[in-house]
Amino acid sequence: MENIIGEPLDRIDGRLKVTGRAVYAYEHKIPNAATAVLVTSTIAKGRIASIDSKAAGRVPGVLLVLTWENAIKLNNPLNTAAPGHERSPARAITALQDNLVRYANEPIVVVVAESFESAEQAASLVEVRYTPEPHHVNLESRLSEAYTPKKAGGGGDPAVSKRGDMNAGMSQADLRLEQTYSTPFEVHNPMEPHATIAVWDAPDRLTLYDATQGIFSDRGRVASLFGLKPENVRVISPYLGGGFGSKGPVWSHVALAAMAAKKLNRPVKLAVKRPQMFGMLGLRSQTRQTLRIAARRDGTITALGNDTWSHTSSFDEFVEASSLCARMLYQSPNNSTAQRLVVSDIGTPSYMRAPGEAPGTYALEAAMDEMAYALKMDPLEFRLKNYAETDPEENKPWSSKSLSDCYRMGAERFGWRRRPLEPRSMRDGNTLIGWGMATSVYPTRRSVSNASARLNADGTFSVDAGTQDLGTGTYTIMTQVAAQSFGVEPQQVKFRLGDTEFPQTPVSGGSQTAASTGSAVHLAAQALREKLIQMAVSDPASPLSGVSAQDVVLEAGRLYARGNPSKSETFQQLLARQRLPYLEAKADARPGEEKNQYSMYAFGAQFAEVRVDADFGQIRVSRMTGCFGAGKILNAKTARSQFMGGMIWGIGMALYEHAAMDARLGRFVNNNLAEYQSRQISTSGTSKQSGWMKKMTTSTRSAPRASAKLVSPVQPQPSRTPSFTPPANASATFPLLSTSCLHKVPEPGILLPAPRLFALSSATEWLKLTFARYPSARFSTARLRSSAATSCFGSESRPFRS
Amino acid sequence: MTPFTYSCPKTIEEAIVAAESGPDVRFIGGGTNLIDLMKMGVEHPRRIIDLNKLPLKMIEEHNGGLRIGALVSNTDAANHPLVRSRYPVLSQAILAGATQQLRNKATMGGNLLQRTRCYYFYDPSFEECNKRRPGSGCAAIKGYNRIHAILGASDQCIAVQPSDMCVALLALDAVVQVDGPPRSIPMRDFHRLPGSTPQIDTNLQPGQLITAIDLPPIPYGRRSVYIKVRDRNSFAFALVSVATVLDTRPDGVIRKAHIALGGVAMKPWRATKAEQLLAGKKPDENTLRAAAGAELQPAKGYRDNAFKIELAKRCIIRSVQSALRAG
Ligand SMILES: Cc1cc2nc3c(=O)[nH]c(=O)nc-3n(C[C@H](O)[C@H](O)[C@H](O)COP(=O)(O)OP(=O)(O)OC[C@H]3O[C@@H](n4cnc5c(N)ncnc54)[C@H](O)[C@@H]3O)c2cc1C
Ligand code: SF4
Repeated sequence: MENIIGEPLDRIDGRLKVTGRAVYAYEHKIPNAATAVLVTSTIAKGRIASIDSKAAGRVPGVLLVLTWENAIKLNNPLNTAAPGHERSPARAITALQDNLVRYANEPIVVVVAESFESAEQAASLVEVRYTPEPHHVNLESRLSEAYTPKKAGGGGDPAVSKRGDMNAGMSQADLRLEQTYSTPFEVHNPMEPHATIAVWDAPDRLTLYDATQGIFSDRGRVASLFGLKPENVRVISPYLGGGFGSKGPVWSHVALAAMAAKKLNRPVKLAVKRPQMFGMLGLRSQTRQTLRIAARRDGTITALGNDTWSHTSSFDEFVEASSLCARMLYQSPNNSTAQRLVVSDIGTPSYMRAPGEAPGTYALEAAMDEMAYALKMDPLEFRLKNYAETDPEENKPWSSKSLSDCYRMGAERFGWRRRPLEPRSMRDGNTLIGWGMATSVYPTRRSVSNASARLNADGTFSVDAGTQDLGTGTYTIMTQVAAQSFGVEPQQVKFRLGDTEFPQTPVSGGSQTAASTGSAVHLAAQALREKLIQMAVSDPASPLSGVSAQDVVLEAGRLYARGNPSKSETFQQLLARQRLPYLEAKADARPGEEKNQYSMYAFGAQFAEVRVDADFGQIRVSRMTGCFGAGKILNAKTARSQFMGGMIWGIGMALYEHAAMDARLGRFVNNNLAEYQSRQISTSGTSKQSGWMKKMTTSTRSAPRASAKLVSPVQPQPSRTPSFTPPANASATFPLLSTSCLHKVPEPGILLPAPRLFALSSATEWLKLTFARYPSARFSTARLRSSAATSCFGSESRPFRS
Repeated sequence: MTPFTYSCPKTIEEAIVAAESGPDVRFIGGGTNLIDLMKMGVEHPRRIIDLNKLPLKMIEEHNGGLRIGALVSNTDAANHPLVRSRYPVLSQAILAGATQQLRNKATMGGNLLQRTRCYYFYDPSFEECNKRRPGSGCAAIKGYNRIHAILGASDQCIAVQPSDMCVALLALDAVVQVDGPPRSIPMRDFHRLPGSTPQIDTNLQPGQLITAIDLPPIPYGRRSVYIKVRDRNSFAFALVSVATVLDTRPDGVIRKAHIALGGVAMKPWRATKAEQLLAGKKPDENTLRAAAGAELQPAKGYRDNAFKIELAKRCIIRSVQSALRAG
């Protein structure tokens, strides 16, 4: 029972999900629920001149056509701050409050009917006329209109930061690089579309079954929009089919479902259709990043800068904070970073899969590689040369940083030292082979979180915490934490989440759930354990009476005196004697001093091999290795799945993802999953788990520092990485993804940080070098994303019949 | 989606009679394209005639070649031993398309008639699309046209026919068998270029039923290859593809080349100029480049798809080189 945390336990909800019994937001069976569908704007800017819903109204079963003319007025939907106050973090929503069209695909009509089919048919018959106005959606052509926001990123960092003297740093150098990188619009596209069922239990009481990453922020925002008491709004969200940030904020559709339900005085369910997901639910802004690196011949960076431009909307502000990682990832005495925003007629960009870091590490790491190339230096060596032993921006020690070990282990596993420096020097017939590497980084966040643990009279043990499981494994890891901290087997824990009736927890975003809510669950279970033991030792009727509390162990539903198993009783016996229906403990866990003392990030290193067809430009990622120092791992299996997910998304981002904007219309055109390509399992091949279980531990349990070196592996296992075949004659298929993780225990009693990584694979960069230096491929580097034909992993699998 | 009625006839005659009832009738094979289009609001049939009970699921020898029934699934056709051994290019082309699940469902007849993936066609909330609404304009010409045509387009429409299977069928000189009334349509005449009537995709008349696809005997059919260049290795349509079948002499001289391109036009594109230039020649680098260049000479690129011109040339060259090694 000692080591449940960290074990690769199977997902507790796995069976429910694969058998279709996990109930997602839209699937809750609510008696008498009507179905709503949205109609969205087809122009990017202007006014609604008229809405003709006569034909729609004639469709049998139609109950309501909601437009700006009959919509319920909401409180402060645009979330403007009161004078002298900071704005709350909620997103501005438009939700039919006026006749303005602010972006294409903005919800402008809601049709509600007895059935989905009727609602759909009626929605297709609604005729909207517009008075269009000129719109602007281009970034590149409007850089001069950009403004500088105050803050950037989830941590509220300043949007502009300078240290040292950038110009001096540039002039001290032997080599200077200035290069602009761009990344396209991207859309989250979780498998499960956004969906809400709204049920008014009373005129001032609302229940929402909502696909949300944050039940409590959802509750707060909806309560404020409708002028309700927060405690009168209940949000239920037991399962999520992904979110990637898009289900963090409350968007218009949630308010519209509640509004329609209020109007009709009956429950209403609403799901956003796939094409409608391109715009109204947040997206990742295009970025344009100008990187400057100056270095001495020996590879020492003397200046480093990133100036980023990205979009915001005309009615809200969001910064894709991609310059932040350039502040802290490398030792650069002179540093200058800035975020600028261009106001565009698009839906507000928002948090998406490693907001900021994903495009930011891409540009930074690409520039690092270009500089390494110019220096004729190995890219990994160049990074090590500029390794930051402390956070150069904050001037603080790291809470933990095992990046150099990640580099070393990753390089070993990958066979990096056999990499020739010269690009285009590895070939397999018509295929160019490129090896690249990049650093991963993501801030470690933690917020106040609560949990309660309860031992029932029948001996069952249950733990509740609001929180959400996006599919990342929250159910499973919380069960493990609760089991170990209380002293029972995981099978005996009933962990519940996804309901605002449970203790309050933060949004599952910014990779903070494991650290925040994990800590709360740990403390609650521990407190309950102590309460129980205390009760036993101070109960004269208990066989454990008088035993010292430290000497009581919990096992198999019983309390024992250590070394004297005859002194024992069951949980039930104890509670029965005390006449207690249950014993409960609550805990809140809040970030402590560590926030001020340390700079906290998870780090990693990724290595990729790509194969590029020299004639067609088709790209395959034939293998990848990732090594991560991500703090205490709560479940080796689900954490690994997160690492793999991060790497796979990185590949998808580098090679496929691109929401194509038709600037003339101000609309995304590839608004479906056939044309908006992201990575899929059938092209992701198999993965190798090399050395995953090789547990590493820190030599000390004192406050973690970069100097806390890794000591001997606890359970050494032979590496299962197949031996490396030199690429020149490599025709065999390579293992595809492999990950490993460095286990570190950061601070006693605190579970930190979340097992989650992100970094964009440097496949991108290597490709860039490949293409830049490949004269006969006529695809320009700037357009690599959109014009290079790519393909990945393995050939078409063998046909089969279902 | 607009409400519709559904019937499932058991004989070809019944199906044809049912289809005579008006313009709002659609046959349904696997439904993988039609249902999508209905959900998107592009197609609004009032009556659906399900073909799945028709006796059109045979693959049999026919006049020295093969006859493949219109209701044979893409998976079954691609895996049939006679298709694999005699016409491997067809098998490869089918397997390069869509995904296993879709191919299990998709039929030969439906695949022939699958519609373009032009974004502006597929989503009726885009106002301009001459194919969907004749006379409304072509949004793609002025818009984002990375997946669009470089050959045979018109100022009315620059869409492409997206099928992989059709490219191989064209290279193999297949013939489409139709009923209602009975007719044979060679593949090269089956699909239409947009011209001034982009709304009409094929020369099949409304209500006509595809019953089978005939493959003529091609003794050198094994010397063939299908190459598909796409963004992602599965579940992605071709940017450019090519099906090549070669009849060669023992000394390496090409007697006859069959080359068809996909992803470049509103019909699978027979590269007749390239074929002529290769006939009687040893395909060295220069000959191949000249042949490919001649074929693409009339090609016209738009803002986002000009890369397809060079890509198509390279596809032709690579496919001939690969086909020479095949079989
Ligand atoms: C996500 C996705 C990816 C895809 N990728 C590819 C790809 O990479 N390459 C590729 O080639 N294809 C691809 N496809 C398309 C797929 O091949 C077609 O959808 C499929 O072949 C259509 O066959 P079906 O039987 O399902 O047609 P249906 O949808 O049933 O019918 C299509 C049309 O044909 C008509 N029809 C069907 N049978 C007959 C008949 N016997 N006589 C007369 N009319 C008939 C129908 O009325 C309808 O108009 C993809 C499809 C999807 C959804
Ligand atoms: S290319 Fe053809 S299908 Fe596409 S918008 Fe133009 S007319 Fe419509």
